[in-house]
Amino acid sequence: MKKWLQEEYDVIVVGAGPAGSTVARECAKRGLKTLALEKRQEVGVPKRCGEGLGEGWCKIAGITPDPKWTRYEMHGATLWSPTGKKVVIPTPTKGWIIERRVFDKWLAEEAVRAGARMITKARVTGVIKEEDTVKGVIVETPDGVFEVMAKMVIAADGVDSKTAKYAGVNTVNPATEIDSGYQYEMVGLNIPEPKDMIHLYFGWDVAPRGYVWIFPKGEDHANVGIGIGGYVDEGTSKEYLDKFIQANPEIFKDAGIVETNAGGIPVGAPLKKPYANGLIIIGDAAHMVNPIHGGGIGTGMEAGILAAEIAEKAVKAKDVSENVLKEFAEKWYEKRGNQLLQVLKVRKFFEELNDNDLEKFADILDDKQLLLDFADGKRTAAFLKFLAKAPKIALKAAKHLA
Amino acid sequence: MTKQVVIDKTKCMYCGGCTAVCPVNALELKETYIEWDPEKCIYCGACERFCPAGAIKVVKE
Repeated sequence: MKKWLQEEYDVIVVGAGPAGSTVARECAKRGLKTLALEKRQEVGVPKRCGEGLGEGWCKIAGITPDPKWTRYEMHGATLWSPTGKKVVIPTPTKGWIIERRVFDKWLAEEAVRAGARMITKARVTGVIKEEDTVKGVIVETPDGVFEVMAKMVIAADGVDSKTAKYAGVNTVNPATEIDSGYQYEMVGLNIPEPKDMIHLYFGWDVAPRGYVWIFPKGEDHANVGIGIGGYVDEGTSKEYLDKFIQANPEIFKDAGIVETNAGGIPVGAPLKKPYANGLIIIGDAAHMVNPIHGGGIGTGMEAGILAAEIAEKAVKAKDVSENVLKEFAEKWYEKRGNQLLQVLKVRKFFEELNDNDLEKFADILDDKQLLLDFADGKRTAAFLKFLAKAPKIALKAAKHLA
Repeated sequence: MTKQVVIDKTKCMYCGGCTAVCPVNALELKETYIEWDPEKCIYCGACERFCPAGAIKVVKE
């Protein structure tokens, strides 16, 4: 694949996850000569993900749901309080637990079919900068180390992103802004009813500053995972998850593990400035993740669509300076970023709830749609009004949301 | 007293989360291992606190 690395491109995309493959596909569709570089030997593996995807994101991302990767259909969420109270929240729209290894590769195929060039086992180890502008990347491959030039670079290299850092953009996730995740994909489960919903388990002993999830992938098959605050001193995510499994034999006694996953989930604010001269940063690398549920597939793909639009504009205008690329940030914040910042406030509030608060919450919650909207960064005033029923909780909410 | 960062390969999931929290870019996720750079490390322990698998430890000898 040496020859491909000796050519010059309009756009180099680093990373072939959902954000990277989407932006590569859209850049190619727009007629830009595009090269996508994936450091792993296989796209989509290993997953670092609970694999939930709402149907609305498919439309936003310009893709049609395909039974190859829509593994099991979901119609809501069930929340479990520390003492086992159950709050069932149906959603008006559906979603799926998808198969990431199939989905990611499918997206990559779509990018290649649209005209993008893609290479795996190609690790970017630096960027080439001229006059403070990113002009290409240094890439380590089985064929050797190459300097590949491009009019601009798009970093979609995930939570462990290095490309932006090489370019001088600080993408470090402070420990308070990242969740520590661990997950088993398990079979032989006795999944609680309703089986067509995701199940979330709360409580300080269960998952400090986070929750345990069961995301069904079939009748007896699910991703069972945990996310806890990245700065929790006592115990690891794995230990908390193992403890949960031990404590719930009615679900797990006949189960087996077919895959183990781990990962960091950026749940803080998105990068204020996800661009530099000659560079746009998207997806997990830019912390474009919903801080409540940690989902980043949809937001990553959406950012990819937008980044391609701005990249085309910049490349055609022969001006990839911040002046032009800042439009990406402006549009993204308008479309999604500002909403995520509001969701972040909601998260900070939820993080403060102790077990008593969570029980109380389970008792008083009547308008489930209101909770859904609130968790999505909407109808905040209405929610605060509802909390008048629980003054202690209302006080905590006021601190973050008033 | 030599400090070092020790990674237990039996526990490490190569998820790269530690590289995301490292404030000085001293860790990198390679294909099947985490690379630690003692020249850059400031031994702050963020990686150890974060690690989902309990695989990374700052050791003071």
